[in-house]
Amino acid sequence: MKKFAWLSAILLASLPTIALAAGAVEGGSKQATNWSAIGMFVGFVGLTLVITYWAAKRTASAADFYSAGGGITGFQNGLAIAGDYMSAASFLGISGLVYTSGYDGLIYSVGWLVGWPIVTFLIAEQLRNLGKFTFADVTSFRLGQTEIRILAACGSLVTVAFYLIAQMVGAGKLIQLLFGLDYWIAVVLVGGLMMIYVTFGGMKATTWVQIIKAVLLLSGATFMAGAVLYKFGFSPEALFAKATEVHPKKLAIMEPGTLISNPLSAISLGLALMFGTAGLPHILMRFFTVKDAQAARKSVFYATGFIGYFYILTFIIGFGAITLVSTDAMFLDGSILEKTKSGIAAIKGGSNMAAIHLANAVGGNLFLGFISAVAFATILAVVSGLALAGASSISHDLYGMVIKGGNANEQDEIRVSKIATLVLGVLAIFLGIVFENQNVAFMVGLAFAIAASCNFPVLVMSIFWRGLTTRGAVVGGFLGLLSAVVGVVLSPAVWEVTLGFAKGSAPVKLDNPALFSMAIAFAGIWLVSILDRSKRAAVDRDGFDAQYVRSQTGIGAASATAH
Amino acid sequence: MIDVSSLAKIERDPNYQELVRRRSSLGWLLSAVMLVIYFGFILLVAYAPKFLGIPLGSGVTTIGIPVGLSVIVLAFVLTGIYVRRANSSYDVLIRKIVEENRS
Repeated sequence: MKKFAWLSAILLASLPTIALAAGAVEGGSKQATNWSAIGMFVGFVGLTLVITYWAAKRTASAADFYSAGGGITGFQNGLAIAGDYMSAASFLGISGLVYTSGYDGLIYSVGWLVGWPIVTFLIAEQLRNLGKFTFADVTSFRLGQTEIRILAACGSLVTVAFYLIAQMVGAGKLIQLLFGLDYWIAVVLVGGLMMIYVTFGGMKATTWVQIIKAVLLLSGATFMAGAVLYKFGFSPEALFAKATEVHPKKLAIMEPGTLISNPLSAISLGLALMFGTAGLPHILMRFFTVKDAQAARKSVFYATGFIGYFYILTFIIGFGAITLVSTDAMFLDGSILEKTKSGIAAIKGGSNMAAIHLANAVGGNLFLGFISAVAFATILAVVSGLALAGASSISHDLYGMVIKGGNANEQDEIRVSKIATLVLGVLAIFLGIVFENQNVAFMVGLAFAIAASCNFPVLVMSIFWRGLTTRGAVVGGFLGLLSAVVGVVLSPAVWEVTLGFAKGSAPVKLDNPALFSMAIAFAGIWLVSILDRSKRAAVDRDGFDAQYVRSQTGIGAASATAH
Repeated sequence: MIDVSSLAKIERDPNYQELVRRRSSLGWLLSAVMLVIYFGFILLVAYAPKFLGIPLGSGVTTIGIPVGLSVIVLAFVLTGIYVRRANSSYDVLIRKIVEENRS
């Protein structure tokens, strides 16, 4: 544990110095160094490092490392799931979207929430009853271990990679703005802290970081939304009236705008958001941290409540920012305001900063510091959850099950996942820096599309369909993965915006490929499975009954604790 | 792993059959309800944005606001219905099945 204390001491001690150094080199788009934000952030990091130290002492077995020993309660897990899901993208991104387009922001919030009931009804309990550490435990329950583990690892790692890049680039940009740190320092800081949390504290530390962050974020957002409503005498009508008066789009912000114009595109995005949620590896992993199926079911209920409440808050926060930020010269860039005459377009740092400026408007500099620190904490926590899911997939699925054929020494497996975390951390830092000036907005959509087209179909078919065979799952799963990636590359967002081909030349008109990539995956799984006459297929189908009884009753399920 | 003889015994257990019947009918029913609500909302957004833009009464608040918010609230309520049912009846059945089939 000496090494750990040493590392954290260096890190804590170096934080203010890094900030000082960065403060001296003022970049164009950077804010002045925000001391109250840095102070509160250092406090958060200190607290999480103490927790990591505590967790590290209690993390000995593989069950501790991957699933926090199964000792998380339903309520705690509900908060942790909400923490994993309420990323900086949804906090700053959605409130920013409401700020610029009004109602369109709500359409996204709704899409991001509606996957949760489906998870509750069809997946949560079955997942807990069948699996142990990763969702591949469930999909490979009665199917060929090697093939299915490789498929699940590919699906997990690709999803995690795109999600991670989007978070790292977002983190770098945001921290540059919030704290006045250089982009690369911000990315290294996020990557470094994440590696410490995950390698030393495993799932226990990651879960508690997630819980603390969820509580901070929910309280901060509640205070902000409350302060906004207070200013308008707790009358949403008065808030909307003022917003439509000052917003250049006037009454159009109260109805669906141009964001979703093509009906097929809207449905495709809806499918990706709804079913992608049920296929995100870092979310699915959380169901193994609770005692039993009952706790798993309760935890999604709490999570749905927290996330739904949070999205309602972001809607109020976005409208609050329209009324209080876009009308205050303090938060606007004078030269852009001169040109566009619109307070919405002239917001300092872009629309993602709407919630941050609003914090300053309603709570002054101290609260601004608090919200900035929470935003940073949010990124840190989400990135840690992603890294843990990716590392588990490498160590448990690939190393433990494929390479060692299920006979890996527990300590070796933990060591491999720690090494994998370090590799993923370095890779995330590297990719974060490489993609600094790229448009990465499509990457979260792509992660959801892949989760919905590869992980989700295989998972749901393996739980519910007797006829599923190994060959069917592998062919259908890879077809879904491939068509999702190809569909995104050929979509307007990447073909025209990122690759720079002529406008209107994109071969696929849908911004999100889920509509056809999910169809391809399900059709592929079904067709190949029913045509499969191999010996393995007979074993796969025969295994269904035992799997089904266990998924329903939990008899034989992995016990919560290894001790 | 459950052995073959106890597997057949559990499958014949009326409690087990009731559990499976109840859980899958409620689970799939609520999933279908959620799909209809959500894609109903998305189709409104795609095909009838102007309908969602109709003001409620004389103010600026539009129909779209309560519609959107109620999708969020309904998602939570449906989850609550499932969890309540599961806590009160499935867990009792599961306990019975486990006790009767303890080897």
